Amino acid sequence: MLRRFIAWMLCAGLGATTVWAAPVQTAAAPSGGQLYTRNCASCHGQRGDGGIGVPLALPSFQAGISDDYLRQTIRHGRPGRVMPAFPSLGADEVEAIVRHVRSWNKGPSVAYSKAPIAGNPVHGKQLFGQYCTACHGANGEGAKGTGVTFSRPRDLPIMAPALHNPGFLDAAPDAMIKATLMNGREGTPMQSYLKLGLKEKDIDDLVSYVRSFETQPLGSSATLVKTETPVIIRESPYDLNTTVERVKTAVTTNNFFYGRVQTLEYGMTPPANENPNQVIVYFCNISLLNQALAIDPRVGMFLPCRVSIFEKNGKVQVMSVNPKVLSQLFNNSELNQLCEQLEQSYTAIIEEATL
Amino acid sequence: MNLRKWMASTLALACLSGPATADGLLMARSDKSFPEAMTVLQSAISARGYTITRLQQVNENLERRDYKSDMYRVVYFGKFEEVRQVTAAHPELIAFLPLSITIFAEGDESIMVASHPQTISAFYPDAALKPLFDRWEQDIEAIMDEVRE
Repeated sequence: MLRRFIAWMLCAGLGATTVWAAPVQTAAAPSGGQLYTRNCASCHGQRGDGGIGVPLALPSFQAGISDDYLRQTIRHGRPGRVMPAFPSLGADEVEAIVRHVRSWNKGPSVAYSKAPIAGNPVHGKQLFGQYCTACHGANGEGAKGTGVTFSRPRDLPIMAPALHNPGFLDAAPDAMIKATLMNGREGTPMQSYLKLGLKEKDIDDLVSYVRSFETQPLGSSATLVKTETPVIIRESPYDLNTTVERVKTAVTTNNFFYGRVQTLEYGMTPPANENPNQVIVYFCNISLLNQALAIDPRVGMFLPCRVSIFEKNGKVQVMSVNPKVLSQLFNNSELNQLCEQLEQSYTAIIEEATL
Repeated sequence: MNLRKWMASTLALACLSGPATADGLLMARSDKSFPEAMTVLQSAISARGYTITRLQQVNENLERRDYKSDMYRVVYFGKFEEVRQVTAAHPELIAFLPLSITIFAEGDESIMVASHPQTISAFYPDAALKPLFDRWEQDIEAIMDEVRE
C-alpha cells in the first residue's frame, strides 16, 4: 500500500509539474521562423530575398551551401562585414534557424567533406589575380558597399563576399569553395570557372590559395577600429553659455553647419522646467552624411552629429560619443575611415571650444 | 505569495528566458509601408510612457541638397523624470540620450534600428544602472515587436 501511495504521489507530482511547466515551455521555445524573424529578417528579408544581407532563398545559394556552413556563419558571423556573430543563441536555436532557412531549398541537401584540398597556392595566387580580384578584391577583402539596402541605388542583390575573412574561412570548407568555383552561382556574377576554361587542377590551386589567407595577417576588411573610451570629454574653462557659443563656432570652422541648440530635456517637459545646464549642440555635414549612409544605411541612428555641454558643481564639461564606437557596433570595417575622421573632427571641435 | 502572483512571476520568468538578442544592433523589419510603420512606432513608444521629443527628417535634409534617399527618420524619446534623475547622478550618459530609434523605408517595407542600451552598460558597469539599461532594452525590443507584428 505504501509503495502504491508513493507511486501515486510521484505520478501526481509529475503531473502537477507538467501542468505548471506547460506555459513556460510554450513561451520559451520559439520556432525557427520566429527566431529568423527576430534575428535575421531585418537584413536578409522575411522571405530570404535579401537587402542588407545575402538573399538566402536564392536557389543557387541554397544549392551550394551546407547546413554546417549556415551554423558556423550564424555562430561566428563575418568580422568587419556587417553580419554579426550570434553567441547568445543556443545550439537548438541555431539549429531551428538553419532548418527554417533550409526550408527554402528545393533541391537535394549538400554536405561537404572537411578534408583539405591539396593545390599549389603560388599558382592559385596568379589565377586569383586574373579571375577573382575584380569582384573579391586584390587581397580577398570583398566588394565595396556592405550594408547597402534596396532603399538606395544598387545594381545587384548580392555582393562578392570577403574571402579573406576568418568567419568565411571557418564556415566554408575547401570542398565548398571548390564546388562554388566549379559550378558558379546562378543569379549572381559568380561564374563557373570550368566554363571560363580553367581545369580542375587550377581550381584546386585557387582553393589552396584562398585557404592560405588563414596564415596571413587579418584582412583589412575584417579589422575594426577599437577604442577604450566611449566618449570624448574635456573640461571647459568658460561658463556654460560661453562654452555653447564656442562649440557653435568650432563646429563651423570644422566644415559642419550648426543646426540647433536644445537642452537634453527639450520636448519632455515645458520649456520653463527644462534643466538649462544640460545643453546639446546639433550639427551636420550633408555630404559626409550621404557618404556614411551609402556605406551603411543604419548609421542614421547616430544622427545628427552632436556635442553635449553640461555644468555640474561649477564645472563645465564638453563631450560627445566617440565615433570609433560605431565601427564595432555596426561590425562594418568600411566605416573605419569615416569613424577615424569623425573622431578627429569631434576632438578638434571640443578642444577648440575649450581652448 | 498567492497563486496569481506565483503564476505571474512564472510567466514573467518564461518571457525573460526567451532568446537574448544582444548581438550587434537591435534591428527589426516590418512588412508595413513606411508611413504606416511610422505611425505604429510612435504609438508604441507613447504607449510605454515615453515622450517623443523630436522626429529628425533625414531624407528631407538630403533631398534639399540633391542627394537621393528613401523615407528616413530618427525618432527621439525619453521619460522626463527618468532622464533628469539618471543624468543628475551620471552626467556622462547625456551623450547617449534621449533614446532613439531609426526607421527607414526598404521598398514597400520598413526597417528599424537602435543601439542596445546594454551596450552602454558595458561602458558604465555600475550595478545601480543595470536595471535601467535592462528596462530600456526590453522597452525598445517590445516597441520593435509591436511595429513588426
